[in-house]
Amino acid sequence: MARYAMVIDTVKCVGCMDCVVACKTENNVPEGFNRDWIAYETIGKYPNLHMEIRSERCNHCDNPPCVYTCPTGASHISDIGGIVLVDYDKCIGCKACIAACPYDARFIHPDGYATKCTFCEHRVVQGLDPACVSTCPTHCMYFGDLEDPNSEVSKLLQSRKYHVLNPETGTKPQVYYLI
Amino acid sequence: MEKFTRRKFLEISGATFAGSGLIVGGRKIIENSLYATDKTKGIVKIPSYCSICFWKCGLIGYVKDGKLWKLEGNPLDPLSKGRLCPRGNGGVGQHYDPDRLQAPLIRVSQRGEEQWKVATWDEALNHSAKKLMEIKEKYGPQSIAVFSHGPGGAFLKHTLRAFGVKNFAAPSFAQCRGPREVAFELTYGEIIGSPERTDIKNSKCFALIGSHLGENMHNSQVQEFAEAIANGATIIVVDPRFSIAASKAKYYLPIKPGTDTALLLAWINVLITENLYDKEFVEKYTYGFNQLREYIQPFTPEWAFVETGIEPELIRETIRKLAIHKPASFVHPGRHVNWYGNDVQRLRAVAIINALLGNWNHKGAFFKPVKMDIPKYPYPPFPDVNYDVVYNPDSKYPFAGEEEGLTQGIRSATITGEPYPIKAWIVYGTNLIQTLPNQNETIEAIKKLDFLMVIDVIPTEITMWADVVLPEAIYLERFDELNISPFREPFVGIRQPVVPPPHDQREGWWIARELAVKLGLESYYPWKHIEEYLRFRIESAGLSYEQLKKDGVIVGKQQPIFVEDGLQLEFPFTPTQKIELYSTQLAEKGFSPLPTYERPPEPPPGYFRLLFGRVPVHTFSMTQSNPILMDMVNENEVWINSDIGKNYGLNNGDFVVLVNQDGVRSNKIKVRLTQRIRPDCVYMYHGFGHTSKKLKRAYLKGASDTQLITRYDIDPIMGGTGMNNNFVTFEKV
Repeated sequence: MARYAMVIDTVKCVGCMDCVVACKTENNVPEGFNRDWIAYETIGKYPNLHMEIRSERCNHCDNPPCVYTCPTGASHISDIGGIVLVDYDKCIGCKACIAACPYDARFIHPDGYATKCTFCEHRVVQGLDPACVSTCPTHCMYFGDLEDPNSEVSKLLQSRKYHVLNPETGTKPQVYYLI
Repeated sequence: MEKFTRRKFLEISGATFAGSGLIVGGRKIIENSLYATDKTKGIVKIPSYCSICFWKCGLIGYVKDGKLWKLEGNPLDPLSKGRLCPRGNGGVGQHYDPDRLQAPLIRVSQRGEEQWKVATWDEALNHSAKKLMEIKEKYGPQSIAVFSHGPGGAFLKHTLRAFGVKNFAAPSFAQCRGPREVAFELTYGEIIGSPERTDIKNSKCFALIGSHLGENMHNSQVQEFAEAIANGATIIVVDPRFSIAASKAKYYLPIKPGTDTALLLAWINVLITENLYDKEFVEKYTYGFNQLREYIQPFTPEWAFVETGIEPELIRETIRKLAIHKPASFVHPGRHVNWYGNDVQRLRAVAIINALLGNWNHKGAFFKPVKMDIPKYPYPPFPDVNYDVVYNPDSKYPFAGEEEGLTQGIRSATITGEPYPIKAWIVYGTNLIQTLPNQNETIEAIKKLDFLMVIDVIPTEITMWADVVLPEAIYLERFDELNISPFREPFVGIRQPVVPPPHDQREGWWIARELAVKLGLESYYPWKHIEEYLRFRIESAGLSYEQLKKDGVIVGKQQPIFVEDGLQLEFPFTPTQKIELYSTQLAEKGFSPLPTYERPPEPPPGYFRLLFGRVPVHTFSMTQSNPILMDMVNENEVWINSDIGKNYGLNNGDFVVLVNQDGVRSNKIKVRLTQRIRPDCVYMYHGFGHTSKKLKRAYLKGASDTQLITRYDIDPIMGGTGMNNNFVTFEKV
């Protein structure tokens, strides 16, 4: 089975929020909410500063606490490359997943169900990249299958240094940040 | 450490790095279709070009079941290369914005009281035509001035030229790029132009002086910037603020604001004294090197250190890097460059450094822009009008732009009635209240007018003062002038409607043509529908109009744009036919022919220099009503060095009022304490602090930098308004 992952090059990212806007229109994300966001993290004292800029979202964890905590089975790991999804018909909006997620990736849609980044599963099944990846003006985002050693994402992780978010939580996140 | 979020619904608690904080969040093309309608089922893709800024990227509009769904970049288009910027993607929000202007309005009370009646187009245009004819009758055509920004104003300007108007101005010159174009024209005989002719993607080393690429989202330029980062280019960023670009730079020079020219002179000094310049190029192509060599002697890095605060060794090391990589290295000429009122001199220094690097039309520095040859439409000649433009009496500013005029020159003539009275303003697509420095002067001028007509898409501050407001269809709902931008390859782009306007908005060309008809100028419009005009021009160029409509863009044959491709270097447009290191034209007009540095004024005690710039998700004050883009960034903050903020007892998220040197008080604005700025200045995003109540999302969100810019220093060479000599202090709310 495929293991879909996103690799994001923080060296190229300028934090312009294009990924956030493209997600919003592609997925009709309601006003007041976003499924992805930008984190700007600055270390140091002026003028000796270092800044990392990251496009963040659901990490589609291999070990997803949101799935384990869901009382109805709405949150699940899909057959499509391990993407973590929510079956909106089964969701009762109890927010257990929101409490469990260490990335604050989820929110309750005004229609009452939990929602979040889907890795644009509807595009992926058509062979397209997620909307954020395909719009990024800096080409800093990559999407692909880590099971395939020849995929661009596999090669990037083999050749570059990277980190993931909150590795200490044991969630095995599948969004990787090149540094 | 800082981290922040724009997601309204939560704050992130678990941080990956040590410390805590907040996160801020935020080709199947249907042939010959006009636009999709409510009855269209399924997905229809219609190509057009963007107007959310003036880069004019090719886009593809996706319409799902008759409703605008999303926008993507057009892969055939050289400017977007298939990817739009965040504002471009967010253009969808402009279509759905509930606060849009919906129908023509005619004022029914005092100007500024905002009482209107909804009018039909016939009424509104008849009323406007009557007013304009009365004013022309009484004061002559010279008493009418037009402010127009962007390609959409082309037809309106055509109508008014036919009416005898010559006083046109756009803020793109005296408030934005003017000093750069003048400096390069004086030096090379050619301008930089828009899109900029910089070859960032092939560059080995480049310096940005205050240019915040990545926050300034001109699409292909940002794409190239990222490419240069990936290629390992040596990036040098000179900025009082640790910008996004600074975070990508190998060298960050935390310069004292207003002292850039001192740094540039020191760079020239090192290039010459260390013999790092391109001798062959200088000998063959430049004029005045000996005068420059003599002049530059005192401007050592040690001298510049005192002015700029940049260590002499860092000054030497950075210019040596630029020199090592020549000719694939350059100093970026910037874009918004009206800073201190002596900006042409600073940009002349930039032009000179580039000449010393021998990089003109060389790969990795500058290319020679090429343009698709599309014949003009054969209109009848405009009437002969014999008067001087109002904004530059006696050629006070000898190098003022002719095409783009001097906005503030029209304003001051309107106030004083000198050299002659201005009685009507026609304003297209530019919110003068949030664009021109010193708002009181703008309002004073407006009060002297007999007639103010505004054409816009949202109820901006300038519409509040209008006598007639004409609501235009947004760029996704209209045909427009062709995009024939000079760029890396010749191309032409079409703007055509993706969806119909939702209310009684009309296309700009239609408004302009109808106004012409009512002014008795129908003979100036031999075509009835703009498609006749567009087809004529495209077919006269030997291209297929059907193909243009289907593909959105037609790209012409590649031509040499670099010396490396066989391009010959020539400079026929300067008096000496060389690159003028020593400007004979400036000397002739009594200005210093070699770039001069003036020490900027110091802030009074307890005050900080006010700097402003751009946020990637907004364009000027034009996008704060857009629900999608406001979900990204919905107010501006004042960036204050955190050490300074602590001294004032300020915390992140506190609100302050900014008070400037003239006692002008801003709307309340959120404090952002940060290490990313020098202690002697503060920074804010431009475009916020709207005071038009009809902009419900944007009303009193954040503060207006323009309101605080009461002082402006006019560049004596070209009349640009330097806007960075204002100082503010804080009052806690």
